[in-house]
Formats: sequence, structure tokens, C-alpha cells
Amino acid sequence: MARMISYREAINEALALEMRRDPSVIVMGEDNAGGASAGSPGEEDAWGGVLGVTKGLYGEFPDRVLDTPISESAFIGAAVGAATAGLRPVAELMFIDFMGVCFDQIFNQAAKFRYMFGGKAVTPVVIRTMYGAGLRAAAQHSQVLYPLFTHIPGLKVVVPSNPYEAKGLLIQAIRDDDPVIFCEHKALYDMQGDVPEGAYVIPFGEANVVRDGDDVTIVALGRMVSYASEAAEELAGTGVDAEIIDPRTTSPLDTETIIESVERTGRLVVVDESNPRCSVARDISAIVAEEAFGALKAPIQVVTAPHTPVPFSDVLEDLYIPSTQDIVNAVKTATDWKR
Amino acid sequence: MSEHLTEDAPPAQPIVDARHLQHHETTVQPMMEHDITDGGPDMVQFVDGDGNRLETTEANAPYAKIVEDMTSEDARSMYRDLVLVRRVDAEGFALQRQGELGLWPSLLGQEAAQVGAGRAMRPQDYAFPGYREHGVAWCRGVPPENLLGIFRGVNHGGWDSNANNFHLYTIVIGNQMLHATGYAMGVQRDGKVGTGDPDRDTAVMAFTGDGGTAQGDYNEALVFASVSNAPLVFFVQNNQWAISEPNYKQFRIPPYLRARGFGFPGVRVDGNDVLAVYAVTKAALDAARAGQGPTLIEAFTYRMGAHTTSDDPTKYRPAAELDIWKEKDPIKRMRGFMETKGHADASFFEQIDAEADELAARIRKACQEMPDPDLRTMFDHTYAEEHPVIEAEKAEFSAYLDSFEEAGR
Repeated sequence: MARMISYREAINEALALEMRRDPSVIVMGEDNAGGASAGSPGEEDAWGGVLGVTKGLYGEFPDRVLDTPISESAFIGAAVGAATAGLRPVAELMFIDFMGVCFDQIFNQAAKFRYMFGGKAVTPVVIRTMYGAGLRAAAQHSQVLYPLFTHIPGLKVVVPSNPYEAKGLLIQAIRDDDPVIFCEHKALYDMQGDVPEGAYVIPFGEANVVRDGDDVTIVALGRMVSYASEAAEELAGTGVDAEIIDPRTTSPLDTETIIESVERTGRLVVVDESNPRCSVARDISAIVAEEAFGALKAPIQVVTAPHTPVPFSDVLEDLYIPSTQDIVNAVKTATDWKR
Repeated sequence: MSEHLTEDAPPAQPIVDARHLQHHETTVQPMMEHDITDGGPDMVQFVDGDGNRLETTEANAPYAKIVEDMTSEDARSMYRDLVLVRRVDAEGFALQRQGELGLWPSLLGQEAAQVGAGRAMRPQDYAFPGYREHGVAWCRGVPPENLLGIFRGVNHGGWDSNANNFHLYTIVIGNQMLHATGYAMGVQRDGKVGTGDPDRDTAVMAFTGDGGTAQGDYNEALVFASVSNAPLVFFVQNNQWAISEPNYKQFRIPPYLRARGFGFPGVRVDGNDVLAVYAVTKAALDAARAGQGPTLIEAFTYRMGAHTTSDDPTKYRPAAELDIWKEKDPIKRMRGFMETKGHADASFFEQIDAEADELAARIRKACQEMPDPDLRTMFDHTYAEEHPVIEAEKAEFSAYLDSFEEAGR
């Protein structure tokens, strides 16, 4: 029996389940509970964050949900420190763009503790953060920055594309012994999906084959998975059978599933909402070019945002985000290509 | 200025009372005994909620002369600013609700804090705002249409900073405090401090809110400003709420008391009393220009609306607070004061209301008529010079757009 819940609810449920299971799991960040003192409205937990993801957790775990001052460097650093000391903190960085305020704690500290201390330190921290364009939030609240974290050894990076993935991947992230950057696309929070009630984990580094097909492999990330599915439906009407792969995690990356697919289809289109240079799209393209060059029947196609900041104007932002039509066009370029 | 630190300054008074300390045993505990609507005895205030001129107190005495020197014309002019700024803000909010703007951060309730501060500045002074400083922008002469253009996403940040010495809005919390500090250190090196020439000596104002005081950038800025004795006034609008988090989740010692720890004076002023804000800011700016270093002003006020149009404050904030602050409304208060003192008659207030109506109609029309940007402009302003990736993308995109035009022929 299907149980439909939203991406937002799936994340909330994963947090609640893990907090019940493991007393070392804590949640901290800005506006996680919201409100003040007694008396409703205005009481603690009345709100649950700018997008309501953590709503209700304070009520159940008043000692383990911390509203912090606006100081990303401080609370991310504190979460990293708490992780080395035995807790499993889930810190919420409101927007991924604010990584700029606290990056040292992530890439110089959290990512390197295990290595620099010869395996004696573990840092099981999860940094949940929302990313992505589409909400008219301008250049400093809309970026797609998971490629930055993917680049850094020691970090694991998760980009869930639907409610089911979000829940299973977050539970895995919390149980994982390495620092995990968990990237939630802000335009997906209301997306509905079939999600089991209990706890389950989705292992990192195992891609999900969303759709089987023989003519072209489309690798898509995050919100782009839905766009790729729409494109595949349209392409099916023109006789092109697309396979869609959702890597689910960019670090570790399941290259095996991607290469196996390209060896069968001979064509690759990678769809990534980030800027093109040093993107995950380009990384996957390079890996396939190295590992499956002989199988390619056409040049690899990459669909990304342009190499500019995210514009604020609604007409420009709509243009900025890769579209279903962009994916269809890229697939056609690959399938029509003649040597 | 009440207490600019010098080498022979008297030792600082104890700034922490036991009330603040007893909670250090627990980590997060609401300071229930604190009435967040009461700024306490240190707060500089000249006019009460009903518009009555208050008696001299220890707190307001150092600034009384500045208020006494103000003319009826000054009062009328400030009142006009308060009303027009509120109207600009109301239009911004309405336009967002009507889908004309992407976002609007309302200043409702903070008009006096911003007008008082903005009016105290001289033309050569420079302001570094956050993103809610529409009232300061107004006082600096930035056309309100430009504010709307930012939040419509069509005018690349809105204005030329140097045209009005009003920096572009800064969105990520607290960053601008450091920009202001750097600018103020530059002012010192340009020899524009302490010359005694009122048209040359320059001060800088840095604006943020109560939430901003927790940021590293903010605290680093205060350290830099202090050690360099920069001509800088930090202006913290304590509107009680950092999105959904009240003051007690941001700090235990209020911003004005923390200033002394950084090495310069802090003053708490009633942020809903435009005369008090003007007087305190003028004194601080005069001191900065004279080479006496920074001051921190905490304007004690209240955010009557949402953080931005993206949130609903009724979900996290008690309605009772709002009722109390309505009674402290800055415009009602100033009007009561002017009527009591005979600074203006009924026809003046009618005239200002009519001017506000005209302004509202003008900026609404201007906003609605702002054209969407040309699609090709998406690539502009990323770099100073041509960048190969962007040039390739732009060429491809232009060809794509041209194909529609050709097909349409």
C-alpha cells in the first residue's frame, strides 16, 4: 500500500527515526525550532525552519534540537567538534551559499580529521543544506555547489532526487562515520513520493537506474532527474529509448553502473544544474571518455546552467535552469550524430 | 559624546548584572523576566509613545542640546520622511504580493531608527546597509524605484553606490560590517578625519540587525574598527527577532553593552523615537569625524512585519508583542509630539498624506512598467573582460534566439 509523503516530510521522518534510535543524534542550526518560550503561537517549535523541514522535532527532543545564533562558522564548527567527541550531529546550513561563511570548518577540519590523525578521529557529522535555483532567491541563495564538496577528499556528497531517496540516504548519512554534505533541492520539498514508514538505508555509491533504455544513457542529478524523466517520455514518442541513471551520491560515485550503461547504449548525456566548469557533469564525462571511449557512438553531451551567477529576474532565472527541452535537444544531438 | 575612551578615561562601570549571569548554568533558557518591549534605563529617549517630551534623564542628557537645537522645520521634514518611507515600504510589500517583485524585506516599525540615522549623516559620509535599509536609502537620496528594481531582479543591484555614498545592499548577514570597516580605514588614510573642516571630515555607518551581531564578520569588524580607531558608527537595529529566533537565542549581553568589550562606547537608543536616534547618531558621527573612533548604537525597535515576504511571523511570534509595539509606533509618536509642540497644523499632516499617495502611485507605476531584461543580458557582468566559456555560451544562445526571429518572418 503506497504511502505518499513529501520530500520535506521524508527528511523530517528520517531525522525523527534516527533521533529515536540513537540518542547521540542531535539537530542544530538557525531557526530549526523557531519561536520563543511558552504561549502559542510563538512557542518553541511552532515553525520548524524557513521551509518547515525540522518542524515537530523540538517538541519530541527538546534537549537535542538547538537553535543557534546566526553564526555559520560557529555552529558548523561546533557540530564538527561534537562529531569527533561522540555525537552524530545533523547541522542545518540554511542555504548552501552560506558555505562561504564556514568553509574552513568543512574542508580543512571535518574533511581532514580522519586522515591527519591517522584514523584515530572520526567525524560522523551530517550537514544538511538546501540548494538550487527556481525560487526567485537571487545569486547568493540559489547556487548549486555540490561539485565543490565532491572535489574534496574526505567528504561524502549526497544529492537526493525524490522523497524515497531523501529518507533512505539521510538515514545512511547519519549512520555513516564520515562527514556527509546532504544537498536538498529547495524546489523539491513539496514533491510527493511513495515512502515506507520504517527506517531503511540506501547505500552510498550505488546509482539508481530510474528508467531502462537502449538508445542513450542520461545521467541526471537532484532535481534534474525529474526533468530527465519528462524528456525520456517525450523522446519515447519519437522512438528514442533513453536509460536514466541517478547517481544519488557524487562522492562516492557509482561509475560502474554508468559505464555499463554507456557500453550498451553508446551515447551519454549528463544533466547537472550546476555551472559547467569542474562540474559533476564534466567529471562523469571525463570518466566515461577514459573508461568507455570505444563504446561511444557520439560525443558526450553535457546539459548544465551557464557559467554565470544565478540571475534574480524571473525571466532570466527560468532561462538559466536546464530545461526538459534542453535535455531532449542534447539527446537528439547525440542520436543524430554522424561520424 | 558620552564616553569616548581615552587613556585617562575612568574605569568602566560593571556592565554585567547578576540577572544576566544566573542563566549561564543552563544552556538555552528563555530570559522570562525580560520584557522585550522595555529598553531599560540606559535607553536614550526623548519622546514617549504618546508624543510627550520626556524629562532629562542620565541617559538622554548628553544629547539634549542636539534635540533642543532642532527647529519646527526639522521636525516637519523628519515626519515627512517617516511617512513617505513607510509608504514606500507598504508599496514594496503589496507589489510582491501581486507578483511584481520576487521578494520584499519590510522595514515596518523601523522607520524612525532608519530616518534618524540617515538624517544625521552628512553628504560625504558613507553608509553600508544590509537589505532592509530602505529608510536610510531614502535619506541618502536613492530613488525608491531603484529599491523596487532590485527586488524585481531587473536593475543589477539598483544604484551607483558613489552617487549617494550608499553602498549596494548586502544579503548574506553581517558581511557589510567588514566592508564598512575597510572603507573607514581608507578614510583615515585619505586624511579625512579630524581636520576640523566640516565638509571634509568623513564618517562611515555600518548597518545590521540583532541577528547579525552573532556573525564572525561582525565581531571581526568591531575588533578592526577598534584597533584602528576608525571613523565608524556601527548601527544595530535590534528589532527583537532574527527570522524566528528571539534576542535570547542570539546573545546574553545586548549589543550596546558589548561595545565596551571591543574598546569603544555603545549606546542604546529608543529606535522608535526619531529625535533620539537622530541626536545619538549625530553625536556618534561627529565624534568619528573628529578622530575619536567608533561608536556602536543599538536602536531598540521591533520588526512589525515578517522577516521577508517568504515567512509568516504569526507562526512563531506571540501576537501580544505586536499589540504593545503598536502603541510605540514611531509615526504616531512623532505626530503627537509635533501637535503638542505646535510644530505643524492639521493641513500639514494632510499635505504629507497626499504626497505619500502621489509617491505610491508613482513608484507602483514605475515598477509595473519596468521591462523584463533582454534575455542576452544573463551573460553580462560576470567578468570584466571576455571569458571564453561565456562567449561560447552567449553565441550559441544568440543563435538560438535568432532562429525564432527568422522562423517568425
